[in-house]
Order: sequence, then structure tokens, then C-alpha cells
Amino acid sequence: MRYSAFGILKQGLTGNKGWKPVWREPEPKKSYDYIIVGGGGHGLATAHYLAKVYGGKNIAVLEKGWIGSGNIGRNTTIVRSNYGLEGNQPFYEMSLKLWEGLEQDLNYNAMMSQRGILNLAHSDGQRDAYAKRGNAMLMSGADAELLDRAAIQKMCPFLNFDNERFPIKAGLLQRRAGTARHDAVAWGYARSADLHGVDIIQNCEVTGFQMKNGKCLGVQTSKGMIKAKKTAVCVAGASSRVMEKAGMRLPIESHVLQAFVSEGLKPTIPGVITYGAGHFYVSQSDKGGLVFGGDLDGYNSYAQRGNLPVVEDVCSGGMSIMPMIGRARLLRMWGGVMDMSMDGSPFIDKTGIEGLYFNGGWCYGGFKATPASGYCYAHLLATDTSHENASQMRLDRFIRGNMIDEKGVGAQPNLH
Amino acid sequence: MIINHPLLGPRDANEFIHLGDESMIDRPDGMGEHAAKNFHEYLYLRDNPAGKYRELWYHEAGDRSWLVVTRDTVTHEIFNVELARDVARSRGRSK
Repeated sequence: MRYSAFGILKQGLTGNKGWKPVWREPEPKKSYDYIIVGGGGHGLATAHYLAKVYGGKNIAVLEKGWIGSGNIGRNTTIVRSNYGLEGNQPFYEMSLKLWEGLEQDLNYNAMMSQRGILNLAHSDGQRDAYAKRGNAMLMSGADAELLDRAAIQKMCPFLNFDNERFPIKAGLLQRRAGTARHDAVAWGYARSADLHGVDIIQNCEVTGFQMKNGKCLGVQTSKGMIKAKKTAVCVAGASSRVMEKAGMRLPIESHVLQAFVSEGLKPTIPGVITYGAGHFYVSQSDKGGLVFGGDLDGYNSYAQRGNLPVVEDVCSGGMSIMPMIGRARLLRMWGGVMDMSMDGSPFIDKTGIEGLYFNGGWCYGGFKATPASGYCYAHLLATDTSHENASQMRLDRFIRGNMIDEKGVGAQPNLH
Repeated sequence: MIINHPLLGPRDANEFIHLGDESMIDRPDGMGEHAAKNFHEYLYLRDNPAGKYRELWYHEAGDRSWLVVTRDTVTHEIFNVELARDVARSRGRSK
């Protein structure tokens, strides 16, 4: 069923009784050409682009729980392409361009809102680094503007401009960045993939891989053995646990990142704002809640909850840059499990095992990457070659010395 | 989380910095055979288990000792805390 304004009007006038389930709930077949393990944003996007752009047939997405139950439903919904390195920025700009056309492509309202992202600089050195990053963004075809203090004062008069230690010196603004409705992204991709014939199989946990002579022939699941010509793992947050079943050790640690939502307030924050001296980022949802987050808790964790010291740290970062939020009450908070890679950048690559592919290591930047991750992974699955924009996101980049270390902190996952 | 320091008793985890896997005590021989491969595994590859995990913490806001903490990564429960020095010595290291 194609959604349209006319359709909504018609349903509204007839008691909304004509809506149908958005995707089927098929039983798994005995074999597929492609099995995508993980029904999160990236897995469903992969299925969508594989079927729609690359003409893939006979595709299944296997999901342990319900689709969209992982990090696509637990993030702070920010979409942007403001990276500095060659291995990253063209990829994220591709993603932002896909975001801009996503709703038309999927015929689904993902509430994409290009309200802009402003990264604040608090020293001359940081301003110069942002100028350099802005130039890298422009060279990839993205937009970037360096704002001076007066321009920021006009845009966000509520910020703390004269903090003794961290005065606001400048800001890097990307107007095309913004936010999207995270769950709707998963649902939109799922609906489109289903319409293109992809079997989305929920409550189907992969418990092992079937290997023969170093080749992956399919997966063992809680719904029995399913054969596949190509098996594509896409389970960020649980990558190490799943790939361990294939005998692989990854350059990844799992860490918990917390996020927070305040009570609903009147519109006050124009876009996404990040504090450059502490780690704090905030936007305001359409319902009015302030959605914000900060640093990782800092220790390996598979618990989808964090501890109080980081709550205090994030909130004090917020108070330092935006004292007006001190009166707002915190409504809820939660944690998500991140694949933190050794250089802070992701992987979209073949593994050493024929027929087994890997997508993961998204650290806490996976949401914005969803469309390009799906597109590039589909490209890899269909053609067995890396997409040009993901050509550096390889598993062997550490031994080759080709790290994509955006922050320059080395092999220390909790610092990326 | 409370880390029960072997010398100082129970301390708030906030006083500590988390480095990572305990295997980093066993630095490979840089002059040995397959040094590049061994260093790649040592520096970049991790078991990253869900469950019991042995890891290095540094008591930065305390006595500056390195500890090996055995902790559950699913429940955050801490089972055992040892001085990293003792762990290294028990493996035949001089310090």
C-alpha cells in the first residue's frame, strides 16, 4: 500500500479501518541467496538497497528480538556529515545525501528535519581545527560554515559565552545536518524491504554458523538451520559475541553510552548543539524534550544501562554551556551498547571466511550512517568489491597501518 | 561501582581510569619472531566477552597503582581485585 495524503484523508473519513500490517511475518525458507543477520537500522537498510538498487533476490533478514530493538531505537537521532578524514567524510556525506531523499525513496515519513548542527569552539586552537575540518567537509561536497562569536550570539543567545575557562570563540555550523525519527527509519526500511520481497524474520536468533572447508554455508538459528550463499552479519553492539561463533576476534570492545530526555519544554533550542570543551550534545525533540548525551561510561559493558558518575558528568557539561536547562527535570535515561573500535571508525568488509561478511564497529555514530552503511554493505554483498566511499573501512587496516583515527587517540576504544 | 582495592579497601570507581583487557600485561617481544603479527593481536584484537572479564584499572585519584579487576560485563558485579604487579610476578615477571 502506497502512502499518500489522499490515502490518509480517505482512511480518516472511513474510521481508519483500512490500514494493513506494514510487513509480512513469514516463516524462514530452507535457503536464501543472502541472509542478513540483524534487523536493526543497518541490516534493514542493507536489505532495502540490496533488493532495490542492486537487484538482489531471495533475501532474508534474521532478527533475534523484534526489528529496531537495538541501537536504532536507543540513540539521540542526530544526522550529520562533519568529519575530517578522507576515509570517513565522503561516506558520511553520501549518507546525508541519502537521508535527504530517504522519505521519497521509502515512501515513509522518517521526520527528517534539517535543523542544523553547531559545534562550539572554546579556544583559538579549537577554532582553527574546526576551520580545517570545515574545509575537509566542503571538499567532500558537504556544507560547512565557520561562525564567529557574534553570529552564534544571534543564533543561540542562551549559551554561556563568558565561562571563565571555556568562553565561546567560534562554531562550526552544518545547516544540512539535523535529526530524524529513529524508529521510523527502521520501520520505513523494513516496509520497503518487505515490499521488495525480503523476508523479515523476527524472534529468530542466530546461534552459530555452518562452516565447511573454511566456507560459510549458512546459519544455525532458533528456527532451525538456514542455508545462504552469502551471510552478512550486521549486529553492532553484539559484534564480538556473534563473530566469536565464527572463530573471529575483532578490533572491537563493547561499551555503554547513556542518553537522556528532559520533560517537554517550549521550543528553545534551534538545532543540535555540541559543547567542545566537555562532552555534551543536545537537541530538542518535536515533543519538546531535550535529548542529550555525553561520554561513554568508560569500561567494557554489555548492560544496557550505565552508572551515576557519568550522569553527573553529562549534566554538569550541560549546565556549563547552557545554564538555562538547570530548571528542567530529567524524564528518562537509558544506555545502549556500542561496538567501540580501536580507531573510532567502522568496518564494512569481507571476512577471511568465504561467504561471510561483516558490518560493525560503529562506535556511537551509527545512526547517521544508516543509509550509507546499508548502501555500501549491499554494494559489497552484490559485487564482492568495496564501495568507493567505504573502501578504507576494512578489518585489516590496523595491521596495514591505515587507521581512520578521527580523534587521534590511538588504540584506546573508551576514548574515541 | 565500588572497587575493593587490595591495599586501600573499598573505593568509588570514579577514582579509577579503565585501560582495558588484562592481556595488555603480557607485552610481546618486539624483537621476537612474528613480532608484527603478535603486536597486532596484542594492540588491536580483543575477546570482548559478555560475562566475566579481567581488566586493568589505574587508581589515578589514589595511590596510582595498577589493578587487575575481575568483573561481569553484563551485571557490572566485581568478583576479585588484585594488584597488577602481583599478577605479573605470578607469571614470572621481575616487576
